[in-house]
Amino acid sequence: MCGNEALAEAAIIAGCDAYFGYPITPQNEIPAYMSKRMPEEGRVFVQSESELAAINMVFGASATGKRSMTTSSSPGISLMQEGISYLAGAELPAVMVNVMRGGPGLGNIAPSQGDYFQATRGGGHGDYRTIALGPSTVQELVDCMPLAFDLADQYRMPVIILADGILGQMMEPIVFNKTPRRSLPPKDWALTGAKDREQNIVRSLWLPEGSLEKHNYKLQAKYDQVQKNEVICEQYQVDDAEIVVIAYGVAARIVRSAVNKARKEGIKAGLIRPVTLWPFPTEQIAKAADELNIFLVVEMSMGQMVEDVKLAVAGKTPVLFYGRPGGGIPAVDQLLERIKQLIIPAKKQ
Amino acid sequence: MKMKTIFERTPTLKNYTTHYCPGCGHGIAHRLIAETIDELGIHDRTIGIAPVGCAVLAYNYLDVDMVEVAHGRAPAVATGMKRTNPDKIIFSYQGDGDLAAIGTGEIIHAAHRGEQITVIFINNAVFGMTGGQMAPTTVLGQVTATTPQGRDAANEGYPLQVSELLALLPGAIYVERCALSSPAQIRKAKKAVKHAFELQVDGAQGLSLVELLSSCPVYWRMTPAKSMEWIENEMTKVFPLGRLKG
Repeated sequence: MCGNEALAEAAIIAGCDAYFGYPITPQNEIPAYMSKRMPEEGRVFVQSESELAAINMVFGASATGKRSMTTSSSPGISLMQEGISYLAGAELPAVMVNVMRGGPGLGNIAPSQGDYFQATRGGGHGDYRTIALGPSTVQELVDCMPLAFDLADQYRMPVIILADGILGQMMEPIVFNKTPRRSLPPKDWALTGAKDREQNIVRSLWLPEGSLEKHNYKLQAKYDQVQKNEVICEQYQVDDAEIVVIAYGVAARIVRSAVNKARKEGIKAGLIRPVTLWPFPTEQIAKAADELNIFLVVEMSMGQMVEDVKLAVAGKTPVLFYGRPGGGIPAVDQLLERIKQLIIPAKKQ
Repeated sequence: MKMKTIFERTPTLKNYTTHYCPGCGHGIAHRLIAETIDELGIHDRTIGIAPVGCAVLAYNYLDVDMVEVAHGRAPAVATGMKRTNPDKIIFSYQGDGDLAAIGTGEIIHAAHRGEQITVIFINNAVFGMTGGQMAPTTVLGQVTATTPQGRDAANEGYPLQVSELLALLPGAIYVERCALSSPAQIRKAKKAVKHAFELQVDGAQGLSLVELLSSCPVYWRMTPAKSMEWIENEMTKVFPLGRLKG
């Protein structure tokens, strides 16, 4: 079972009622798997005519209180941004997986991390956030599915899982059902037919003067709660570290190997790995910046998360960057070299 | 003296003044839908989809569960709703900008898949809410905010007959075009709207659509009375009335 299939099965176990999707590489195993498994479970699978339609089918199912999801890859996720903005505005839960590929434009089908900005900045129009999870292993990808559905339902907002072509295609031993489930609020807002109650309306339009501003404050209060309560961040060998590398997703796996190799050579390197990319572990990194004098951010892009790291570090210490865009994958030895180059001048200071 | 009520507000139509312009057809169309819902006794299990356009606030007037969706995407939203809630009655209410311009892909594919939904398509030959711009259904020679010399086929193409296109698809089981231009035409429209809902209630396997030729006196720059005449004399030449399918 590859990562793509594993996440699909994890979504089914998590209680996904409906899957809507449009083919795009490198995530095609997901719709193929769902087309077989969802009907077996008596649930819904529809291959849509476009990503625009897919995200709006998700919107429809979600508006009736059903757990629904879609998956795609970078160009397809761009097309979904309209729908994601509407989901955020209408406060509808939804889960999306972006199995990232190289860009911009049609780019290529190689693994990449170029969609960090899109996922963590809202992506579509308007003043909103989406929760963004950046798993690093197939197990974590599997664990993210129930978490994503629960977060989406708890906060009534879209959740995006940022995977990439490597995670989607690789095979690793996994265990399902590891994630503890949350008790969730009732969906009394859902459109189920106005039987013995007032009409329910799901909307993102607020025309009267001041009403949208009020709605935006309400959304922000919710986002503040997410920022306060939902940050997940792994710290590896950080306590005594002289240099800390910050990376997420597949890039963090390579960094971990480089950190291990550096340690064997007597260099005190560590890794901070954000699992939630939004909410970003700003506090954790800010705290580390009080003790450390050098950070290296590694991404499979020309530098996107590095901006969040710089905001967290707030000029307290240098933040350096190493990135490979367009499907380039950093090699362990390249990273080790980079760590060595940085640690020597840093020690001299 | 004993008075007998011979006409009243149907319960699903809220007691609320609409924002529609004088002579606009939306109010009539809303009433036909509300009457249908009440006559079929499906108020408790109906979910409506409001478009982007003048009818975006339809949920202020129709007392059923409703959602407002992105421009043109109603048939996709309806698909998500109906597939996960086969026992519910799902209808979308869309204008010509919504359904025939930006949402062409969604309506064609919802019909193509034979989604068991009901679509009420309001064709008034202009974009109303944005200020009377050309719609795909604007007739040749018609002056709009973006065709100041009148629509010219050489530059703007011909009026798009979406219902005729949809009627070709096996998944569309019922397509009819009516006009909201006179009491007689409105009664015919009511029958068509009701039939379109009934098919869904009966579990008929496919999409039903009623196109309603509707007036926009403000952006046609006509009196309401003249608008009604224009529907009957001009619009029906390009958009002939009658049952196209089913």
